[in-house]
Amino acid sequence: MSKSPISRGFKSRRQETPKGRLPPGQYVTTDFPVLSAGPTPQIKVENWTFALELGEAIVGEWNWAEFEALPQATIKTDIHCVTKWSKLDTTWQGVTFDNLLKAVGLAGPPAPYIMVHCDGAYTTNVPVADLIDGQGMIATRYEGLPILPVHGGPARLLVPHLYFWKSGKWVRRLRFMEKDERGFWESLGYHNYGDPWKEQRYEGD
Amino acid sequence: MRAIETAATPARPLQWQQAHVVEIVVETSRVKSLLLRVASWQRHLPGQHVDIRLTAEDGYQAQRSYSIASPPEDELFALTVERVENGEVSPYLVGDLRAGDRFEVRGPIGGYFVWTVEAGGPLCLIAGGSGIAPLMAMLRHRDRRKVHIPASLLYSSRSLDDVIYRNELDTMTRCDTNLRVVYTLTRKQPEGWLGPRRRIDKALLAEACYSPDQNPKIFVCGPTSLVEEVARMLVELEHEPQTIKTERFGPSGA
Repeated sequence: MSKSPISRGFKSRRQETPKGRLPPGQYVTTDFPVLSAGPTPQIKVENWTFALELGEAIVGEWNWAEFEALPQATIKTDIHCVTKWSKLDTTWQGVTFDNLLKAVGLAGPPAPYIMVHCDGAYTTNVPVADLIDGQGMIATRYEGLPILPVHGGPARLLVPHLYFWKSGKWVRRLRFMEKDERGFWESLGYHNYGDPWKEQRYEGD
Repeated sequence: MRAIETAATPARPLQWQQAHVVEIVVETSRVKSLLLRVASWQRHLPGQHVDIRLTAEDGYQAQRSYSIASPPEDELFALTVERVENGEVSPYLVGDLRAGDRFEVRGPIGGYFVWTVEAGGPLCLIAGGSGIAPLMAMLRHRDRRKVHIPASLLYSSRSLDDVIYRNELDTMTRCDTNLRVVYTLTRKQPEGWLGPRRRIDKALLAEACYSPDQNPKIFVCGPTSLVEEVARMLVELEHEPQTIKTERFGPSGA
């Protein structure tokens, strides 16, 4: 590949970021940009349900009150959007994937892949290995407050070590799959896995 | 690169390529269009974007995404950039970049917020500020193909001077009765302005857009607040959420 041409007069205006915090090609933002492919669903918690599915079978289902009664955990983490912004030190509260499995009496995950199904017909696929051991949660609070609809409220997946499109907003179902299938953006040219540290933005990266 | 690839070949990575700045067009006081030539550019679809990468003399690099404003039919491809105050990349692109300069691009990217004449109409476009860029690629594509699919554009700007591509849009509408363009000017209007002068509301959407029973293909692009409001109102006007495609330009687009 040819050498990158120099843009004379172009300079970094970036604030100092602690070493090792920012994946390649990212920049830090302090606000919270919104990206979604369609209208923001307005979901009332009274009408909200969440399910774990294995094939066609439902292995666990909760309404809002039942879900809120599950053991709560807090994750403080940096998040990285494929559109280049990163946000440091965000705090989320919700129910870890591990605790969901426990709640339905599963000793371990019954299949190696998950399809995340969200309101608005959005889907995204995540390996189970990236959700267990406290890595993933269904988040219902951001910085101590209910998550706003534009940011995925009432509940969104949080799997912060992957690009943030994997952390599906308005999540309603997690479906276990024996074989990996591609979700919405993964079918439209984006990377199937999406590791920000390997800069896996697009298919083939 | 091998000459023959089969469907089973793994996806080819999108390579960084050098873009040569052929021409810079001043669109408004804060907006310029960069007309670029890339040696072997994969044809894009109207609505897609590219990543760009700038390299400073000390080796520092910054990446950003920009929508492509030109249609796939044009020889050069165009990015329309608005200067974001305190931004890192846009002030350089709008203020310092000159014809003859080079930087890197990678793309085209995105397969959802796209429209071609093959998708049919009516085409219903709603833009705020520089959010017009990917929608302009669609209108220019429709224009180049001379397929007069019914189309409407409702475009919100602060003032008439902030309307990007105004002459081109006005020319397009003069020659094409199937295209309707409505500007709404939210902050400052010229004397005698007869058009709307308010932020996009339900009445304006009902008046300037196709109704749900006409099954329009709807694309909304602009600042987050505008896109959120417009998409919500379109759903209230009983457009199917699945027919409304959105692209939000966050406040930190920079």
